[in-house]
Amino acid sequence: MEGLKVLLVDDEEEFVSTLAERLRMRGIETGTAGDGEQALKSISEDPPQLVVLDVMMPGLSGLEVLRRVRSEHPHIPVILLTGIGGTREGIEGMRLGAFDYLMKPLAIEDLISRMRAALAASRGGA
Amino acid sequence: MDAKKGLRGIFRRFLDVSDEEPSPARYRALRTDITVLMLLITIIPLCLMALINYHQYQSALKSEIVSPMKALVNKTKHSFELFLAGRLSTVRFVASAYSYEDLADENKLNRIFRVLKQEFRGFVDLGVIDSNGLQVSYAGPYELKGKDYSEQDWFQHLKVSDVYISDVFLGYRRFPHIVIAVKHIEPSSGRSWIVRATIDTGRFDDLIASMGLDPQSDAFLINPQGVLQTNSKFYGKVLDSFPGVVPPLSHESNVIDETDAKGRDVLIAYTYFAQSNFVLMVVKPKAEVLRAWYTLKSELLIVFLISVVVIVGVILRLTRMLVDRLEESDRKRELALREMQHSHKLSSIGRLAAGVAHEVNNPMAVINEKAGLMKDLIEFTQNFPDKEKFLSQVEAIIQAVERCRAITHRLLGFAKRMDVEIEILDLNQVVKETAGFLEKEALYRNIRLELDLAAHLPRIASDRGQLQQVFLNILNNSFAAVDDGGRVGIATWEKDIDTVGVTFIDNGCGMSEETLKHIYEPFYTTKKGAGSGLGLSITYGIVKKLGGDIEVQSKVGQGTRFMVYLPKKPRERSEK
Repeated sequence: MEGLKVLLVDDEEEFVSTLAERLRMRGIETGTAGDGEQALKSISEDPPQLVVLDVMMPGLSGLEVLRRVRSEHPHIPVILLTGIGGTREGIEGMRLGAFDYLMKPLAIEDLISRMRAALAASRGGA
Repeated sequence: MDAKKGLRGIFRRFLDVSDEEPSPARYRALRTDITVLMLLITIIPLCLMALINYHQYQSALKSEIVSPMKALVNKTKHSFELFLAGRLSTVRFVASAYSYEDLADENKLNRIFRVLKQEFRGFVDLGVIDSNGLQVSYAGPYELKGKDYSEQDWFQHLKVSDVYISDVFLGYRRFPHIVIAVKHIEPSSGRSWIVRATIDTGRFDDLIASMGLDPQSDAFLINPQGVLQTNSKFYGKVLDSFPGVVPPLSHESNVIDETDAKGRDVLIAYTYFAQSNFVLMVVKPKAEVLRAWYTLKSELLIVFLISVVVIVGVILRLTRMLVDRLEESDRKRELALREMQHSHKLSSIGRLAAGVAHEVNNPMAVINEKAGLMKDLIEFTQNFPDKEKFLSQVEAIIQAVERCRAITHRLLGFAKRMDVEIEILDLNQVVKETAGFLEKEALYRNIRLELDLAAHLPRIASDRGQLQQVFLNILNNSFAAVDDGGRVGIATWEKDIDTVGVTFIDNGCGMSEETLKHIYEPFYTTKKGAGSGLGLSITYGIVKKLGGDIEVQSKVGQGTRFMVYLPKKPRERSEK
């Protein structure tokens, strides 16, 4: 996973920082953003290879962020994080072009394997 | 007052819409009340009407029968009286037109008698009696001259009265006769004599025959002592005693109800004669006279009874129907109310559950990540003291989080079953989207996911989110059932004009008959510890709510086929 750069977007500070640290421990360069605005800004300044995006956020919603990312940076795959049972949002997100969706709380192994699949798909697609 | 209270009680019971549980006794009481009330308000007027009618008809009919009888009696009485008066005045004329000497002369008397017999029917003899009661002359078939009448009743009677008409008696020839005697007092000399005539009563029979009575009726004369004065058809010969009560004195014609000596119910019309001691009686059997009345009465009775039976039947039936309907609607109302309360409760529980699940979710994620980080730190650090012990603690935290996840999932399952949003959608698209969800998993596990979607499937009106939930639940089950490298197929098809079908087929482990029996029961699961046991129960609930149906066929070791049928248009909301 060397050289992989991802952006974690979630309004839960503790969650996002801890997850980022764990990913970094696994050699994944991980940036964080606390809300949608910040995320969009960060993406345009320093585009990551992949975005992990929480759907339920105050302010700009995850789906809105997803829509913009898909239109502005169509090559960046997005994995959605939803709350338990957020099937509806998840499916909506898939329709908007998210690569996959995961439910919180999640096992880090799952996340990493989905990230791998997403990158493989985007490279293969590109 | 009591009746009023009772009525009010009935109406109160009728209108009682209190929420307390209605007991069967209440409906029984209500039924009785309504039945009694309705019977009262229908039968009482009917009875009154029947009674009034009965009496009116009776009096009308009676007067119709009685009046002619009275008229007949009156007419006949007049004929009798006319006859008697005619004979009386003839005798009186003889008594006063001739002098005593003329009358005492038998030759002259015989001449007068012959003329009388010529002119008037019925004269049998004629005699003259002096003031001492001695027969001075006699014209007739018997040798009565010189007979002394001074001791006889009629002679005594003539001392105080001018005229005497005797009762009927049998003369020597065994013919019924009457005697008419007239006393004459010569004003100039003060001398008195009596002219006595015997008259054959054959004329009476003529008069009675002229009444033209029917064969069942009888007419005759009696005297106030109850002795028949003419032959009677049913009650004996002349001079027999009348076997019955002599009616009370009345010079007006009168009708009485009697039971005669033969036991027949009869109407007797009678009248007393003014000048003589006769009572004319006409006896008609009631059965004959009132036949029309009896027919009418029995018809009246039959109509009345039939009406009563019909009314009672109708009322009983109607009341039963009414109360049953009432009970039914009460029950339905109760049920609807309870269902509404239940669904209200469920929906608030659902909303609460969703809220809790979402709220709990984030801290859970944090705990999960923190524990994960601790685990990472322990694992990545060389020679961590008590590494195994710490790792097992952290693992326990992660396990606990997993359990919380299952719980919140279950809670959200409830929440999901709520509100339906109907839109027009392409079922194939929904299937594709939902399948897309699982494409990744299919990829990892090398499961062939085959879609066989009908090309021109009509669009249906349904709830996208709920359908996705349904398909996802079934697909999750399919994926859980198949081994890696297995096969899962989805097909859409048009079942009939109103219904489309979606089939999910897998070649997984299948289910036993025992499992099939329970798959829709909540909290029933074969995935030990992994499943909530709510997936298919929720699925079933949603499909039913969307107006569809779900079918499952399965064989252990061969696979499972789920068929979901969905209406093209949602059913009327009446069931909600």
